[in-house]
Amino acid sequence: MANTLWFLIPELILLTGTVVCAIGGLSNKAAIRRNIGFIACVFLAASCISVPFVYTAEHVASSNSLMPNLGGYVKFFAALIGILLVMTSGGLMDRKYEHAIASGKDTFDTLRSSAGEYHALLLLSITGLMLICEASDLIWMFLALELVSLPTYVMVAMSRWAKVGQEAAMKYFFLGAISAGLMLYGFAFLYGATGTFEFHAMADAFADQNDAGGISTFGQIGLILALVGLCYKIAAAPMHLYAPDVYQGAASAVTAFLAFVPKAAGFIAIIMLLSLVGWEGGLPKSVEMMLWVVAVLTMILGNIGALLQTSTKRMLGYSSIAHSGYMLIGIIAGPPLGLIAVMVYLVIYGATNTAAFSTLACLQRNGESVDSLEDISGLVKRSPALAASFAISCGSLLGIPPLFGFWGKLMLFTVGVSAGQLPLVLVAAISSAISAWYYLRLIGLALLAPLTARSEQVSPVLRWPLIATILGAIIAVGGPVTLNALTTDASIAVHVSE
Amino acid sequence: MSLWYLMLLPLVGAAAIFVGKSSVSKWIALGVSTVVFVISIVMAIQFAPIWGTSLDGFTSHVPWLNKLGVTLDLGVDSVAMMLVLLTTLLTPLCVLGSFSAITFRVKEYYAWLLILETAMVGVFAAQDIILFYVSFELTLVPMFFLIAIYGGKNRAHASIKFFIYTFTGSLFTLAGLLYVAWTYKETHLYDTWSFAIHDLAKFASTDLSATEQGWILLALLSGFAVKIPVFPVHTWLPLAHTEAPTAGSVILAGVLLKLGTFGVYRFVLPMVPEAVVAYAPMIAVLAIIGILYAALICWVQDDIKKLVAYSSVSHLGFCVLGLIALNPIGLEGAVLYMINHGLSTGALFFLIGMMYERYHSRDMNAIGGLAKTMPVWSFLMVFFVLASVGLPGLNGFVSEFMCLLGTFSASASNATWPGVLGPEYAAISAIGMVLAAMYLLIMVGKIVFGKVRIPENYEPHPTLPTDLSKREIGILVPLAALCLWIGVQPTVLTDAMQGSVEEVLSPYPAIVQQDVPTETQRIEVKDATDG
Repeated sequence: MANTLWFLIPELILLTGTVVCAIGGLSNKAAIRRNIGFIACVFLAASCISVPFVYTAEHVASSNSLMPNLGGYVKFFAALIGILLVMTSGGLMDRKYEHAIASGKDTFDTLRSSAGEYHALLLLSITGLMLICEASDLIWMFLALELVSLPTYVMVAMSRWAKVGQEAAMKYFFLGAISAGLMLYGFAFLYGATGTFEFHAMADAFADQNDAGGISTFGQIGLILALVGLCYKIAAAPMHLYAPDVYQGAASAVTAFLAFVPKAAGFIAIIMLLSLVGWEGGLPKSVEMMLWVVAVLTMILGNIGALLQTSTKRMLGYSSIAHSGYMLIGIIAGPPLGLIAVMVYLVIYGATNTAAFSTLACLQRNGESVDSLEDISGLVKRSPALAASFAISCGSLLGIPPLFGFWGKLMLFTVGVSAGQLPLVLVAAISSAISAWYYLRLIGLALLAPLTARSEQVSPVLRWPLIATILGAIIAVGGPVTLNALTTDASIAVHVSE
Repeated sequence: MSLWYLMLLPLVGAAAIFVGKSSVSKWIALGVSTVVFVISIVMAIQFAPIWGTSLDGFTSHVPWLNKLGVTLDLGVDSVAMMLVLLTTLLTPLCVLGSFSAITFRVKEYYAWLLILETAMVGVFAAQDIILFYVSFELTLVPMFFLIAIYGGKNRAHASIKFFIYTFTGSLFTLAGLLYVAWTYKETHLYDTWSFAIHDLAKFASTDLSATEQGWILLALLSGFAVKIPVFPVHTWLPLAHTEAPTAGSVILAGVLLKLGTFGVYRFVLPMVPEAVVAYAPMIAVLAIIGILYAALICWVQDDIKKLVAYSSVSHLGFCVLGLIALNPIGLEGAVLYMINHGLSTGALFFLIGMMYERYHSRDMNAIGGLAKTMPVWSFLMVFFVLASVGLPGLNGFVSEFMCLLGTFSASASNATWPGVLGPEYAAISAIGMVLAAMYLLIMVGKIVFGKVRIPENYEPHPTLPTDLSKREIGILVPLAALCLWIGVQPTVLTDAMQGSVEEVLSPYPAIVQQDVPTETQRIEVKDATDG
């Protein structure tokens, strides 16, 4: 027990941060209230720094989780990208209210301020993402997954008090509840198939079943139901339908959060669940077939969907659906290379996708958030740095060499080919080609198009999202230098203990 | 000296341009690209022991992504070295040629040109498939922006069409190459991947079945054929050429199209010989359709830039024929064609750009009789048109003749280098030469000779003289000199590339003979059955 607690140090740091943010947001001192984001970043950084000290070789050796090093990798990058996400949210909450207080037009009322709660929820959700890695049984995993999702429902609702925000939150919550139900139903079947919730025991039970001729029907149904539930988290077809609406309804900073944290949580949970069955003898045919269909549908529907949009946020929303499809290739290919590719891709995607969304978070049109494609037309004349960074992150998402995203895609394609999934790779190639169309459109609008009457009113208002975008672009350009180290870390992370 | 200088110096220059003032950016670009050119000349001299052999020079091994086996290996054989020289020559000329034409977003323009140079050198110098692919794709980005920012009226459409065509095609090329790399790893039971071009080519040519080779040929060609461009995937080219700024057109015609033919030389020929033998007639038919069809389109063009653009499609068809003639004359002719086309068509685009800067029109019905107003320009125009048409004594003649001769003699009865084409292919495609002479000379007749015609709203350019300035002449003279030199002494180049070319072709005679029994064998078989 003490040992398990040791590995939870990064989470405990974040939990402390959650409490500090929640209380600090209610402080009478404006200085504390306004710097709540900074406080959140400090705790995230502390959590990030703690990881190498927590995951030392001797401690890991005594760990009894399925993938003892997984947490080290995931927590480190979750905290790092978390910092980027907090920066993206800079100026989202209470900005006008604080201005009014500062100019003496209004007085501080604890009930009306929400910056503290927002950051507390954000940290809580990232804590959930970290907790999944330490799961040793299905109950823990389920609780951790819900800890990721529940705060996001509230974040969507509080990010925009307009009707669209509320609508998005309701949709997100109800569909999320259904998917959680499906997942739990699947877990129940898994319990029925193995008689236990504990991962090691389940892996043994499945190994026995495999030796005796294959996973039982109950086990297969359980896996499929659980995967369908998880498809909601990663926004994979056919559970992706909520994504465009919710992504559009939420404020851009929250959308960036939704497109990364729950997705990463979903992928890690999928990796852990499937490693119970193991790829060695091949996944059960039904499960592989299902993943295959989901991957193909996700890539095609995501990219074609994005092609048809007139809203930048919906376009990026669909594109993030498509990226789940690419990552599923790695899942199907399996360990070690497939999982390494997924792990690396998650980091690349997290950084560059956040950068793309934080461009939108930075912009305002007459005090309102921007959405339509026309709003980013001629962005380069408003802010060259922002437009260039946006273009670079779009280029990276498209996979133009030598940007970071290209290497992620290359790894996924490579592992797809080496797992004998050439048709899947061809589908991915075709859908990448389709995606070139809309990413180029975004790049073209930002860098080449003239200002229009509408986009003249748009200006980059918020400072922190701007910095987040530029940081994301720097990662997209400079990231390939770290690729060797990153793959090495990822390969350690997905190593299954004997 | 190392190839890394050629790739990194332009990048450093691009960074310097971004930091520096926009008034000096053209001088930085000119300085850097000239230094790169000088370095490449020095390298060409150091290359002396390798010219004419099949060896690689300036090889360097830099491991990079160990988990995947990706390296940053560089090295050039004599053919690649020539194309590197072509690139490093054309880049400073393009910079010089843009001095007066580019008036806005100047910094970006020169930075993109230099980045483009890095990518182009990277394509020719890569010894690793992934590095090749990265460079190949990286050429799209600067070109996309060059067309999309500095292009003509229809630039948005042209740039996106250009990008999507090439990007889509090369994704399949990547998939095909990955498949080869994977089977290589599986067959040898290696733990890690290897992407070394030579190893993979050797492996693929011997260990893959004919069916697999056929699929890989299709995958490779889907990228390279778009780039060359071969009929029917050529439609992006006239649009891109017409809309691109002058320097963009020059680079596009001079080097970027050669990436496709170089891809055929580097990958298709050594990697999938059986498939090449099986499908060469089909590719040849497409090439011939391209030659004739594009030539006929040229005939009815009024826009001279579009005319030269379509003539590229037609000319590159000869180059493709030479590539798949499978004998040294044809292949040497094809490589020489790559260089010659880069020089003469590049120069034509420069000339058209210079005329357009003065008259803001490229319509040959609106402009005419320039021999009277712009004698220097007219002289050079006639010179490069003749080079392009294939006047004996100038460069175009040699390469076109060699390609056709190679195609002509590429029949199964050829004793040393049997091929699968033959006189009929050469005869039909030779019509393209006649057509080329027709449409190019008609153009010259209208533009250069006859009554002086100038567009109605013509106003003299504020800074440029009526005829060419010294700077503009300085751009064209080196190209003209090279055209003349290659025309008179082509053997210097063909001897230099002989070793590499024969190395690439070495597996072919055996395969062709196996597929198509030669005349002597048939007689032997007949004798045997009779006896």
